[in-house]
Amino acid sequence: MTTPSTNPAKPATSVPALLKTAFVNALIALVLFSLMIGIRTEAGSSGQLTYWTRFGDLASIVAAVFGGSIVIELLRQWIGPTGAEKLVPPAVQSGISFIGRYLAPALLIFTLLVPVIFYNQRYILDLAILVLTYVMLGWGLNVVVGLAGLLDLGYVAFYAVGAYSYALLATNFGWSFWVCLPLAGILAAFWGVLLGFPVLRLRGDYLAIVTLAFGEIIRLVIINWQDLTGGPNGVSGIPRPSFFGIPLDNSDDGLAAWLHIEYSTTHRIVFLFYLILALALLTNWATIRLRRLPIGRAWEALREDEVACRALGINTTTTKLTAFATGAMFGGFAGAFFATRQGFISPESFTFQESALVLAIVVLGGMGSQLGVALSALAMIGGFELFRSLEGYRMLVFGMAMVLIMIWRPRGLIGHRAPTVFLTKAKAISSDLVKEGHG
Amino acid sequence: MDYFAQQLINGLVLGSIYGLIAIGYTMVYGIVGMINFAHGDVFMIGGFIALITFLLLISTGLTAIPVILLVVLLVSMAITALYGWTIERIAYRPLRHSFRLAPMLSAIGMSFVLTNYSQVAQGARVKPIPPVITGGYTLHESADGFVIQLSNIQIIVVITTIVLLAIFTWLVSRTRLGRDMRACEQDQTMAALLGVNVDRTISMTFVIGAALAAVAGLMYLLYYGLVDFFMGFVAGIKAFTAAVLGGIGSLPGAMLGGLAIGLIETFWSAYFSVEYKDVAAFSILIVVLIFMPTGLLGRPEVEKV
Amino acid sequence: MSGDKILNVDRLAMRFGGIVAVQDLSFAAERKKITALIGPNGAGKTTVFNCITGFYKPSGGAIRLTHDGRTIALERLNDFNIAKQAKVARTFQNIRLFPGMTALENLMVAQHNALMRASGFTFLGLIGAPGYRDAEKRAIDLATDWLKRVNLLDRADDAAGNFAYGDQRRLEIARAMCTEPALLCLDEPAAGLNARESAALSELLLSIRDDLGTSILLIEHDMSVVMEISDHIVVMDHGVKIAEGTPREVRDDPKVIAAYLGADEEEAAAVMEGGS
Repeated sequence: MTTPSTNPAKPATSVPALLKTAFVNALIALVLFSLMIGIRTEAGSSGQLTYWTRFGDLASIVAAVFGGSIVIELLRQWIGPTGAEKLVPPAVQSGISFIGRYLAPALLIFTLLVPVIFYNQRYILDLAILVLTYVMLGWGLNVVVGLAGLLDLGYVAFYAVGAYSYALLATNFGWSFWVCLPLAGILAAFWGVLLGFPVLRLRGDYLAIVTLAFGEIIRLVIINWQDLTGGPNGVSGIPRPSFFGIPLDNSDDGLAAWLHIEYSTTHRIVFLFYLILALALLTNWATIRLRRLPIGRAWEALREDEVACRALGINTTTTKLTAFATGAMFGGFAGAFFATRQGFISPESFTFQESALVLAIVVLGGMGSQLGVALSALAMIGGFELFRSLEGYRMLVFGMAMVLIMIWRPRGLIGHRAPTVFLTKAKAISSDLVKEGHG
Repeated sequence: MDYFAQQLINGLVLGSIYGLIAIGYTMVYGIVGMINFAHGDVFMIGGFIALITFLLLISTGLTAIPVILLVVLLVSMAITALYGWTIERIAYRPLRHSFRLAPMLSAIGMSFVLTNYSQVAQGARVKPIPPVITGGYTLHESADGFVIQLSNIQIIVVITTIVLLAIFTWLVSRTRLGRDMRACEQDQTMAALLGVNVDRTISMTFVIGAALAAVAGLMYLLYYGLVDFFMGFVAGIKAFTAAVLGGIGSLPGAMLGGLAIGLIETFWSAYFSVEYKDVAAFSILIVVLIFMPTGLLGRPEVEKV
Repeated sequence: MSGDKILNVDRLAMRFGGIVAVQDLSFAAERKKITALIGPNGAGKTTVFNCITGFYKPSGGAIRLTHDGRTIALERLNDFNIAKQAKVARTFQNIRLFPGMTALENLMVAQHNALMRASGFTFLGLIGAPGYRDAEKRAIDLATDWLKRVNLLDRADDAAGNFAYGDQRRLEIARAMCTEPALLCLDEPAAGLNARESAALSELLLSIRDDLGTSILLIEHDMSVVMEISDHIVVMDHGVKIAEGTPREVRDDPKVIAAYLGADEEEAAAVMEGGS
């Protein structure tokens, strides 16, 4: 007698049942959207609230829900219990993993050549810089969430500390970027320890919401402490970085003059590109090294089972603090870069949405996986840019994407973890075995 | 002294609104162990639904305010409850056995969806309405002319809250549904084995929470005279703070916590600074979670090794 | 009982709210010997363990560890300090391995403190200093040694979460031993093992005692293992000690039999006299 499968194939749904489900869904959609979409309110010029109807929009959305339900149900039946295998046959799957091995180096080489390939496309260069910034943030948060399993919903706080440190030090004391960069990291790390110390004994959701609260407090303090931070107006006139002391401008002692080439604003963009690339690669290198050192292994062990760690003599409090501080430091570096790239910062860049975005990047990437985080940052930020024309709908799509990704692939793009030490052969460990951490 | 008394009244009213939202958080956390990040936005949706229904009814020429408000209350409770039900079905139920971060991220995603949906559907501007319920009572007039007032809307908010709390307490302690909810809170597997329909019980929890949030939304609309698409975020965190302060999982605790947060926020704004009032609320959250994680009325947990 | 004591439990008490789990418990474990803590379910054995290893703070009494000429009061230390400073290692009733890490990685994590020192708290390790590399090599050797001892060397690079139950138990013991403890505390190591695996476990524990001189304290229900390897047995019931002695003494003690059978002491004695 064979054991029953855990996912017994559902009997093929008959057409009437299919239509009934779709009809019910459409009805629910009708009720939900009747007022919010069917009616549009607006405050008139005199403050009076008026409204008009949009029944056409309502009808199309309800119809879309009806049609969509049918499509989804049919898809679900077609995919059936074998799931992914039908969509991506095994031969293709092994092909993809073959490419995967060469993907990281290929991607790196491509990235190094981006300014060369797209030299004249300012838009692409700017986008690339943005993507790399988020890759670095993702790699930084990965230390906290992916390796140590600590749920941090307030990562933007360290980004803000780094940005404001550089901005204020540079505009008030005139210190150069290269002096401020390590300071920004140290300040952010210090802040990470300060924040982390009281809260790290909290678990799971509680730690998440406390870090969220901290992030919001920092933002509110920045907005309200006008004397220090300029409040909602932010800090402007932040000096751009120099090429190790040689200014990147039009002047006679500028880099262009020095190299006897024609000056172009693209020089600065290219420099910024390689700067963020270097910072990101530093983050990556540090993470890979740290993973192989006892501290990194302790971070991962912490994620797997905190109680067992304590039973082995590991001081889990300091272990958590080092993870927090390290992640914070990289966030701080990224923040300093952000300030110098923009020339102007304001509290609006440091909202909870940013924290959530970086967290989504880390989780989608497959926690702990460097390549996964990079790919997912590329997908998310690139995708965001594609939707730029639909400005208002971006968060809507992003939110839906988060929900869908959690339903479809909660362990992220990369489905495995690479061990840090091996006797004979490094065997990838399936994500199903890897714990996500409680703290 | 009179100023203090006025702030006391204001704080209690604000706290009632927070308490209604907090109940939703505490119920959901008690039964499925997750913080429903989207709950604050459900409150916001409730406010919008109330606003639109109100607008429609007024434009039909009806003038009997009590009737209008009653209809608005029922309609917004019903529709918002449906929102709550749908959100649970789409974003949380499939993830019930997934790993811990999944429902939380899904909830955050849902929160963004709701906020943005409201912004896109109704525009980003604040929606004001003229005062619906006016008038009140002068409680005391002091020598220097300061007047302590209790407005009608304040009375309505408090009375509505008390009535709903009474209904709700009855629901949880006397009905079958309430018993099922308490059983699921303790041990879902066992409850299922004993014939409790766990899925339906959890759905009903979300539905009730959403309905109460809708009431809170209506109260907010009447009290402050406006709604906007972003009001769910901060109100949500404050209400969650209230739930934690009162003791997560405890219903009287949620209300108590709500009142406490309302009072703290009002007094802080009145005596210290208005700009930092949100910081005060967030700080309380942090302090409570660090020093008193079980809250005022919660049950302590011992970890089994 | 003669001999040098490594662990002295003195009038230990543990209360959870109104419930008294352990009351006035005193016993000692001898150095380089195997001491077993037995008793029916609910007797409080794991609670005692958790007190000794620092996961609970005792409500009363003292626990002293004597090793290397020092005596440490365990009831005052944090759980991780007990493992780190007092050199007390433990395993868990519900196996707590690191499932997403390989067997080798599990054993490397156990050597965390030594490796941290050698890596200069990470800084020397980051720059690739040779001192650290040697220390890491030594750690891998120790781990390999233990994997060989528990017959898991061929699975060193497999994820611990994929191991069969019996293998996981052995791996957990190997991991505890990699901390080079003075006292090894095992919480029901034979639970769920079949006869052959239990025999192998007994062999392993005896070799740990004899070859390495590690003292062992174990909680166990499997009487064949207990009787075969224990030098000294302490019996608990309802939070108090009801008997202690050599395996033979305990086996024939009517109080012990009564506790396990749930019968009266006189009845048990009567049955014994009549039966044996």
